[in-house]
Formats: sequence, structure tokens, C-alpha cells
Amino acid sequence: MATTMTAQHIPAAAVDPQAEAAVQMIDVHKWYGEFHVLRDINLNVRRGERIVICGPSGSGKSTMIRCINRLEEHQKGRIIVDGTELTNDLKRIDEVRRDVGMVFQHFNLFPHLTILENCTLAPIWVKKMPRKEAEEVAMHYLTRVKIPEQANKYPGQLSGGQQQRVAIARSLCMSPKIMLFDEPTSALDPEMVKEVLDTMVGLADEGMTMLCVTHEMGFARQVADRVIFMDYGQIVEMNTPDEFFRNPQHERTRLFLSQILH
Amino acid sequence: MSTTVDMFRYVRDENVEASPPPNLARGPIAWMRENLFSGPFNTILTLVVLYLLYVSIPPLVEFLFINAVWTGADRDACRAETAGHPVGACWAFVIDKINYFVYGSYPATERWRVDGFFALLAIGVVWLLWLRAPRRDLGAVYFFWLFPLLSYILLTGGNWDFRDSFWIGFIVFSILLVAGIALAARALKTSMRAGLIVGIGIVAVIGITLALVEIDWGLEHVPTALWGGILVTLLVATVGIVFSLPFGILLALGRRSKLPVVRLASVIFIEFVRGVPLITVLIMANTMLPLFLPGDMTVDRLARPLVGVAFFASAYMAEVVRGGLQAMPKGQYEGAMSLGLNYPQMMILIILPQALRIVIPGIVNTFIGLFKDTSLVAIVGIFDLVKTIEASRIDPNWAAPTISYTGYAFAAFFYFIFCWGMSRYSLGVERRLAAGQRH
Repeated sequence: MATTMTAQHIPAAAVDPQAEAAVQMIDVHKWYGEFHVLRDINLNVRRGERIVICGPSGSGKSTMIRCINRLEEHQKGRIIVDGTELTNDLKRIDEVRRDVGMVFQHFNLFPHLTILENCTLAPIWVKKMPRKEAEEVAMHYLTRVKIPEQANKYPGQLSGGQQQRVAIARSLCMSPKIMLFDEPTSALDPEMVKEVLDTMVGLADEGMTMLCVTHEMGFARQVADRVIFMDYGQIVEMNTPDEFFRNPQHERTRLFLSQILH
Repeated sequence: MSTTVDMFRYVRDENVEASPPPNLARGPIAWMRENLFSGPFNTILTLVVLYLLYVSIPPLVEFLFINAVWTGADRDACRAETAGHPVGACWAFVIDKINYFVYGSYPATERWRVDGFFALLAIGVVWLLWLRAPRRDLGAVYFFWLFPLLSYILLTGGNWDFRDSFWIGFIVFSILLVAGIALAARALKTSMRAGLIVGIGIVAVIGITLALVEIDWGLEHVPTALWGGILVTLLVATVGIVFSLPFGILLALGRRSKLPVVRLASVIFIEFVRGVPLITVLIMANTMLPLFLPGDMTVDRLARPLVGVAFFASAYMAEVVRGGLQAMPKGQYEGAMSLGLNYPQMMILIILPQALRIVIPGIVNTFIGLFKDTSLVAIVGIFDLVKTIEASRIDPNWAAPTISYTGYAFAAFFYFIFCWGMSRYSLGVERRLAAGQRH
């Protein structure tokens, strides 16, 4: 999975890896009504760190990363993103969302806007960037994900893999410090998984801070600094990919790995 | 094909080129066999429908056109015994009364002003609805500000008599408003200059509006009691349509709001207005509105049903729009939020354009219903088109057996043209939007 992308653009995250944590989650709990979805989550993500989160469905892994940009609200504990603590303060939430990009399983592109408009919308309206500059930035990132020629089409005219690459480019246009990926390849046809993973590897190589929910274990081995296994809303095991795959400690982790690495 | 069936191993060595499907049956006879007589049941249905058409169409054509009377000055032209031949529709009656049907009792010498209103309305409608018209942003300014203002002056005569004290009050109010907006901009840490521009803009719009209304244009004052016919029908429908969409959107958003007070207020308004017949709303607007207002304040008798119709249509529109909002996948909200868009930006840029597009048929359906419901304003004594026809058909000068049918046929024709136009336009828009983005 070698990538040929060259790093022209250095993300802010790569500048100072020694600075404070990019994401801190301290004793985080969350309930859906009576159901306790997140239990005692403690996680420290350093700048530039790449983390892969896996686990059975319903284990709370998506919910956990969605708490980081407040698509889900936590009810107990503290979440500090890039030095800003998430509370009910709407201004702070917007601040955090400006710095945290997110890529979804089902892309969530805006079907009524062209690819270029999808990419320039947030820079123009949220960052107040002049339209021309926003279009240049958008074309830069569309070129990076290798689909500049699709700029004037609508999302519905693109393949799943292309749409997901547009979604990545759309997030990058906001120059995020942290990227969240929520099962980015789960809804893709098998033939299109690689093109999306290649894009993500390129991003990782440039030092972007990434939290990625995925079951692509090859990707985890190649780029992750840490792999987290979750079950029943808890972090069950956390280790370097090497140790995690070679020598899983928890019984539940062993069972899970034996199920997916047939 | 057969190669793969009886083989155990197979590797394709040539591509099968795409070719047209086997010859489709074409021509009128093949079409008829396929679409009209494809089975015993369909054959029977076709024959029954043909028989019904045979029974109903010829008499209708005979009544509306062949036996119709086109010219004549009074009832003698339209009575079989005086005309000497069987008489169908009496179009001479409609031609004789057409001015009353169009203008109501609007003074004859001032009717050019109503024509001016129709022209202004046509300009606005074409400007807004023609999707490739130039400067549609200016078109919106025209339609939502200039057009109502000019129409008001043209139709009523304007020439309000403000006292000097009113203008002094207005100037004080303007200064306070501009200062307030500038302070708010400062408090919110947004640009002070933008705040000042917005404030001065609002004051300028209100000031110009009031000044234009006050100027004596030399137009004779025409009280709304004299307005009638198609003028009133189009006026009520336009006001209802123009107000119902924005109010409906606000109510729909309010009903889905997270704030309990806003949600409750929206639900109460929608359910109350929707749960009451339009006639009741009109009567309430007519008789109860003055009770709520201070004693020395009166509301024009034409303005009361306008308010009633606008409220009524808004409640229906709110539910149509809510349907569209509910059809939006959650992912669209999440995609917008994850990019840092705030609530108004998310709604205006992402959610509403898609939600409204989904419910175009429902919106147009409501408009069409509203357009025809305007005939109910007759209940509170407003002379809309149907009421003018009602008043004319009992005119002893035109006492003839087919007068009533002719009048109603004319009304049906008028309503049908407008409603059918709306329906065709919305189909065209849907098709255009669908072509832009296939899924």
C-alpha cells in the first residue's frame, strides 16, 4: 500500500508534536436513556498520534469518537479537545468542530451541491474565506485525493470510493488539527476500499492526528501508533499494533481477533 | 451462451458488444394492442371508457360552443323562445359583465390602476419563477418590497396624511434602532460597520416606504369596499401564497425546536388553525380581530380576511415543510455540524434546500388549495370573483335559463387555468432539479 503522495502542505499538527494532548477524555460516561453506552473512558491522544479503534458492533466505538466533536453529548467526565473543554457552550462546540474533521461511513456529502461547492461551503461560511481562495484550496485537496476532474459533478454521479475521497477532501479544506474516521470503508464496494485507505495512509504519513474506527486490520498494522479494542462501552485493551495482534492479553480481545482474522 | 452451459472450465476470449434489444413493436396498432386491448379485462375497461366519453363529451361541446351565444345586449339573446334556436352557454352575459368580474365596483375611470397592478404582479411572478431570468436577487427585492408598496399606492391611492409629530417620532425611533443594532454588534464582537450598514438599511427601507405612501400622487382614494372580482381573488391568493411559505417554514422549524416554549407555541398555533374550518377563521378574523385591538384602531375590512387566509395557509404549509424536514437523513445534519456550520447556516444552506425540494408537490398542492379557498372570503362580504358572478347571475336584465351555468363555467375556467399553470410549472421545476443531480 505504498503511497506516492508528496507532502506539500504541512498540517498544523505536525509542527510541534511535544505540545499538550490533542484529545483528552477523562472518566467519560454516556447513557442513551437507561442504557449505559460509554463507561469510564480514559484516553489521551498525543498530537500526531494515529489511533485505530475496533470492537464488535454496539461496543460504543462510534459513540466515543462522535463525543469528540460533540455529535453526541457525554453526561459525565471531561473531554478536552486541543485545549478546549467541551461543555454546553455552543461557541466552544463550534470552535472544536472547526478544528476537528470527520469522515462518516455513509459519506454525508450534500447531494444538492457540486463536489466543489461541497468543499468550499464550510471555508466560505465558517472561516469567512473569499470564494476564490476557497476554490483554490478545494482544488488543491481534490487534486490530492486524485479527483480534481470531478469538481463540477454532483455526489450522486460519483462512485462510493470517489465520494468518500471527496468527503476526506471536504474535511481537509477546513485545515483540521484532528481527523475522526467513523468506519470510512464499511459502506464501500470491495474494489473501492483500497483507494480510500491509500488516501488515509497518505494523511497519516504527513503527521495528521487521527482517530479511526475501522476493521481494516492491515491499515491498523501499517499506520496505527496504538490500537484500542472496545466492548460493552469500555476500553478493554489498548496496545501498539505489534503487541495487540501478536499477543492480545484480554480473553475478549483474543476471541474478537480470532473471529475477524480467520 | 451455450458454451458456458456444458463446460466445466471457461475463460472468455472475446467481449460481447452492446447491441439494441430485439425489435420492439412500434406503430399505432401495436401501441393500441399493448395499451388498450392487452387482455379481456382491459378491453372491457377501454370500451366502457369510450362509451362514457361518447355520452359526456358531445353534449358538453354542444353546450359550451356549438349552441353558445357569443353576442347580445340582454336576456333576449339567450332565451330559446326569443332567439329562435336552442341556447347553450350564454357567453354574451360574461362579455357584458366582464369589467365587473375583473374589477368589482372599482370606479370605471380608475380601472387602469388595477391593470397596472396586474402588470406589476405579472412582472414579479415571471421574474421570480423564470429560473434563468437575469438578476433574480433584484427580482426578490422587487417582489417582496417594491411590488407590494407600488401596488398599495396604486390601488388605494396612498396619500397618507402623517403629522409632523409622526416624522419626529420616526427619526427618534431610527436613531435608537441604529444605535441599538450597533451596540448589539459590539456586544457580539462582530463588525460594527456591518451593524451600522444593516441598521441604516432597515431605517432607509422603512423611511422610503413611509415617504412614498405619504406623497400625494394625485390618485383618487379608492376604498377597499369597492374592490372586487379577479382583482380581489388574485390579491388574496398572492398575499396568502407569499406569506404562507416563510411563516410555514418558521412554524415547521419551531415545531422541531429543542426549546419547549417555541415548540409548544408552534404546535398550538398549527393544531388550532388547522383544526378549525377556514370559514371559522375568516369569521373570527372579521369579527374578533377588532376586539383584540385598541378601541381607536380599525383594521381594513379587506385586510382582516387577508390575515386569516395567511395564517390558515401557514399552518398547512408548516406541516408540509415538516414532512420534508423529517425526510432528511440524520447524516446531512451531522455532516453540516461536523464542518462547524451553526444552526441557521445548516438550515439555510443544507437542510431547507433539500427538504423543500422533496416537498415541492406538497407545497404546490397547498398553493392550489389556497388559490381556490380564496372564494370563501365571500362569506365575510368580500366581492371576489365567485361572489361577483353570484351577484350578476340574478340580474333581471340577464334572466335566462343558462346564465347561472355560464357564470360558473367561466369561474371554473378561470380557476382551472391558474391551478393547472401552477401544477405544470412545479412539474417543470421538479424535472429540472432532478436532471441536475441524479442519484
